[in-house]
Amino acid sequence: MNVFINYAARRFAQLVFVIVAGVTLAFVIAHLSPVDPVEQSLSLMTGFSASDPRAIDSLRQSLSELYGVHGNIFDQYLIFWRRVMTGDFGPSLSAFPTPVMTIILRTMPWTFGLLVLSTIFAWIAGNTLGALAGYFRDSRILKAIGMGVMALQPIPTYIVGLALVILLGYLWPILPISGGAQVNLAPALDWTYVRSVLVHGTLPALTLVLVGLGGWFISMRSLVSNIVTDDHVIYAELAGVRPRIIFSQYVARNAMLPQVTGLALNLGHVFSGAVIVEFIFGYPGMGRLLITAIYAGDYSLVLGVATIAIISVATAMFVIDILYPLIDPRVKLG
Amino acid sequence: MKILRDLLRYNREFLAGVVLLGIILTMIGLSLFSPFDERTIFAVPPDMPPSLDHWFGTTSRGQDVFWQLTAALRNTLAFGILVAVISRLIALVVGLTSGYLGGKVDQAIMAANDTIGALPHIPILLLVYFVMRDQMSWVVLALVAALLGWSHDSRLIRSVALGLRTREFTRHAVFSGMRTLQILVREHLPYVVPILFFTAMNNLIWAIGLEVTLSILGFSDINRPSVGGMIYWANSHSAMVSGIWWWIAFPMVFVVILFLGLFMLAMSINEYIDPRSRLARMGA
Repeated sequence: MNVFINYAARRFAQLVFVIVAGVTLAFVIAHLSPVDPVEQSLSLMTGFSASDPRAIDSLRQSLSELYGVHGNIFDQYLIFWRRVMTGDFGPSLSAFPTPVMTIILRTMPWTFGLLVLSTIFAWIAGNTLGALAGYFRDSRILKAIGMGVMALQPIPTYIVGLALVILLGYLWPILPISGGAQVNLAPALDWTYVRSVLVHGTLPALTLVLVGLGGWFISMRSLVSNIVTDDHVIYAELAGVRPRIIFSQYVARNAMLPQVTGLALNLGHVFSGAVIVEFIFGYPGMGRLLITAIYAGDYSLVLGVATIAIISVATAMFVIDILYPLIDPRVKLG
Repeated sequence: MKILRDLLRYNREFLAGVVLLGIILTMIGLSLFSPFDERTIFAVPPDMPPSLDHWFGTTSRGQDVFWQLTAALRNTLAFGILVAVISRLIALVVGLTSGYLGGKVDQAIMAANDTIGALPHIPILLLVYFVMRDQMSWVVLALVAALLGWSHDSRLIRSVALGLRTREFTRHAVFSGMRTLQILVREHLPYVVPILFFTAMNNLIWAIGLEVTLSILGFSDINRPSVGGMIYWANSHSAMVSGIWWWIAFPMVFVVILFLGLFMLAMSINEYIDPRSRLARMGA
């Protein structure tokens, strides 16, 4: 148990490190830019009408307070950290006066649900297929599946999503291509609403799964085809252990370990894919929020979503790393 | 040369990759002979379906899709290559130094390395675009992408360098008075060149994917033709709804060709570098 606590503590230190680096980076990008957010918002707000110069001056004052861009750069940095800690990114400009945090919290469950489900699905399916393809190397069917899966993998998420929209949305319209649930349905925990959410989530999730499958497939297949020639597998075969047991207990279980680490390393990438998918399908999650906030020029919302995204991805990686000892007893024993 | 011929003959992925990329490179070569300026709009009648005059049709902005595509592919590939080169340099410097120095320095560098690897790229790039706005050019975007995209590969390079560090010839070099920089460049660099090439292919795929994605969303210089930019304009003119399918279909087809070609090439190079898979192919 001591070893595990040691391991967890080290991972936690890493988590803190990543969050500090990420938040600092977001701050640096936001504050060293040539564009002044206050002036930008001012021109957005006053662009279409003539206003009193005094009113503009006081507006400028309150905006710079709002964005935390008064005082020297070090003060601003401290203010930014206080905001991150308290989760207070000020009100959103495009949905004034709703606080940025409220909007983010509203979108978070959507992204979380979509990501968790599609990642788990892609991971399991990709690894199962990859393990089978590595173990039964001569199977024609598995080779064909492998070709298809691998060909999809390098293609950008957007292109796959757009192709699915065209195929299943326009040419053969069987699935809804936009939104998170039926528009006129009130959120409730009954079957109609849940079903609507699931049906609307099918295409976005399918896109993520199709794009994600290939990576797992390729690495699992090469892992398994290396393990198959290992001594312990050959010994098990000679000893007459049933093939199904060899496959699941001797081969797949060993090959799974690096794949779990890979899952943690991959999360940032998966999240980036989700941003795009949410935008294509108008899915009400954090990714679409980020993009619409950029279109709307909403400074506090963009900064808030980007920061929260960095922190959430780092935290999710930490959680996976902490769960790792459960499947790999070697880490527990040290 | 012999290697190339053997690869073409025995490795089907390599052949397919070369053919697919050949199509792309031909298009890029043709961009030199384009009769239209790539930024001019309304140079030809808009919304024409594919015909002998305009092979891939024309857009609602009055641009010839074929010639736009040639320029777009050139720009997109240029972006990818720039990112790959810069991020390779960073990965090389970080990986070799970290591996050679070892110990506490290595641990510190790798901790920083993993931190950068853990950050999600798209939110950061979008943040950069948001604060830069009109000052955003493709070179700036390439620079930011390169700064984000090296951490995984520097770890690979470092793991090789870590092994070289204790080898006999390194010690000889140190005792014969070679400076650290010389050792790294003259003695260690040749060992990591194959990795460099392989990771360059993967990095290229990643970088081009990034460019396509960002410009589809309109987060780049939208007047400079790029494959993603073409889809952005098609979307903003609702090309799918108004039935101008050729405006979206051809860029998409060429994106797929480009990515499949790069991927096949990367895979076959990987297989060539890794002797185990070569043995498996020979049936051992």
